[in-house]
Amino acid sequence: MHEISYQQAIIEAMVEEMRRDEAVVLMGEDVGTFGGLTGTTVGIIEEFGDTRVLEMPISECGFVGASVGAALKGVRPIVELGLADVSLVAMDQLVNSAAKMNYFHDGVASASAVYRLWSGFRPSGGAQMSQSNEAMFAHVPGLKVVMPSTPRDVKGLLKAAIRDDNPVIFFEPKGCYALLGEVPEDDEVIPLGQAQVKCSGADVSVIATGVMVGKALTVAKKLAAEGIEVEVVDPRTLRPLDTETLVASACKTGRVVLAQEASQFCGYCAEIAALLADQAFDSLKAPIKRVGGAETPVPLSPRMEPLVVPGEAAIEAAIHSVLG
Amino acid sequence: MPARKRTSLALSNKQLLRLYEDMSMLRAFDEKVSERCIRGEIPGLIHLGVGEEAVAVGVNAALQPQDKMVSTHRAHSHFLARGADPKAFMAELYGKATGCCGGKAGSMHLADPEIGFLAANGVVGGGLPLAVGAALGQRILKGDWVTLCFFGDGANNNGAFHESLNLAAVWELPVVFLCENNGYGISQSIHKQQRVANVADRAPAYGIPAEIIDGNDVLEVYETVRRAVDKARSGGGPILIEAKTYRTTGHYVGDSESYRSKGEVAKWQAKDPIVRFEKVLRRKKLLSTALKVEIEARITALVEEATDFAMQSPAPDPAAALTHVYCEGGA
Ligand SMILES: Cc1ncc(C[n+]2csc(CCOP(=O)(O)OP(=O)(O)O)c2C)c(N)n1
Ligand SMILES: [Mg+2]
Repeated sequence: MHEISYQQAIIEAMVEEMRRDEAVVLMGEDVGTFGGLTGTTVGIIEEFGDTRVLEMPISECGFVGASVGAALKGVRPIVELGLADVSLVAMDQLVNSAAKMNYFHDGVASASAVYRLWSGFRPSGGAQMSQSNEAMFAHVPGLKVVMPSTPRDVKGLLKAAIRDDNPVIFFEPKGCYALLGEVPEDDEVIPLGQAQVKCSGADVSVIATGVMVGKALTVAKKLAAEGIEVEVVDPRTLRPLDTETLVASACKTGRVVLAQEASQFCGYCAEIAALLADQAFDSLKAPIKRVGGAETPVPLSPRMEPLVVPGEAAIEAAIHSVLG
Repeated sequence: MPARKRTSLALSNKQLLRLYEDMSMLRAFDEKVSERCIRGEIPGLIHLGVGEEAVAVGVNAALQPQDKMVSTHRAHSHFLARGADPKAFMAELYGKATGCCGGKAGSMHLADPEIGFLAANGVVGGGLPLAVGAALGQRILKGDWVTLCFFGDGANNNGAFHESLNLAAVWELPVVFLCENNGYGISQSIHKQQRVANVADRAPAYGIPAEIIDGNDVLEVYETVRRAVDKARSGGGPILIEAKTYRTTGHYVGDSESYRSKGEVAKWQAKDPIVRFEKVLRRKKLLSTALKVEIEARITALVEEATDFAMQSPAPDPAAALTHVYCEGGA
């Protein structure tokens, strides 16, 4: 084990996978010596050179489409798209090409690529650089969607995503980047589609994604002192979803809070709520409560943040509400 | 090319001095923004226009009050040159209630319809289609405005650029595409990202005329844009102007600038648009040292006033964050 940041864990995963498999290449804007807008491509071009680290012009639709074509021919691109907001420029290729290749080929060829999206809120990032748009992608059959919340998870899941034969949209919440955590030295691959109980408890389940996982754990610690046992579950992969782990937790506690950073309407948590309404209905002792961002674009002013960005207080209030 | 007559499209002495003062104001404003951003007073991601002032000021001098402007993530100089109130602008950067967009927009999403400033854009290339639409609006509504669209060299590799040029050409719209070619998109040199040497080389493919100009020469910018705008206004259709310039500060405040040499920056600093124009004015005996001091004092006062105003303004009511997601109008 060694302690590294979420950001560093991303670099390690990519470097190790690029060493393991020559077909793995890195594509994106400013990913060369500059080290990437996200700071996660530092040192990579120095090791692998510019045949495997491909700096892209500001042509997102073009190079995302090209990554799909290259993937069909056996290249395994890691595409750093930078801001999740900017990925929308390439939405056509992601949704209409990448997601459908395996289906169109009736299973004989697929577009194996990872699209890395730096998502969500950062202080005063502005409305076009703060969005958490995972639900848009999770809606699309043919795409896998991952959103890790810890250094260990991001490393193991990124490795799995790179090895997966499907297109994977890989969300890296900005709020997780500075997190530190223990990561194994060995080649740990965390399979896609496995949720994890981050802390177990008997009274209430908080199913949280991305940055909300850490916030939920803080609340869980606080409430433990008051004698309330909170179970925190992180789906980690949003599609395919590990329904079993989520349903089991809901059945165990009978009370559920769902937490996401994105605005709530038609958000990812609505899918979990529907799942639990269907499969855990008889065990539920209270209505399911959701915590999420406000129904607005993200404003610039720091003063407005608390009202728009969901925090620990909102999770705590929702827990009290389901406990009745 | 025939020798350019410096006195063409004759600007009065007063107007010439105004260009100088405006450029100096933009510089002083952005230097203050940089200082306050580094101090942590101004939040968020800030892209400065330092070194590129001649483009914004020359462009605006060529526009009429009714004309529209569409901008980029590097919007400060455009917004100020167009006539934004420095106080409301600074307050917006500070995220205050008195900001021109209520503290919701900030540096990258500025807008002010009163001065014909339609939108800045955080997504590179996102403004180009908007500008085409504003020009289409002029046609449909029989208006008299011309739309001027700023974009960076990096944006010319995005699909939005190509589609916009084609639309403007096919519809012969009154839009002037103004490329601020500062040689880089963040860390990436333009020469590594495209085979054609100039952004202007793209235009003929769409049937649009193009000109390449020295973007650090405010008079050349003014004259070229003035001719383009006049032509567009009289039904001559779109044009692309590529202004070669350079940002002498980083891509954003805090940029390591690891991708370029100090020597390269110094080379461009020697072509500083404000210093150059000062020489022109001195040669014409329009600018004395005493007048320069007077202008600087005026600008310092304006910038200080704007900063004090921003600092002292109240933060917005957090609940205001929830307003104006939708508009109230309509049936
Ligand atoms: C579509 C899109 N891709 C990438 C980014 C990230 N980004 C922000 S500014 C920038 C460089 C833009 O270069 P240019 O258009 O030349 O403008 P400059 O910054 O040089 O003024 C990039 C890549 C973005 N905001 N939008
Ligand atoms: Mg540029």
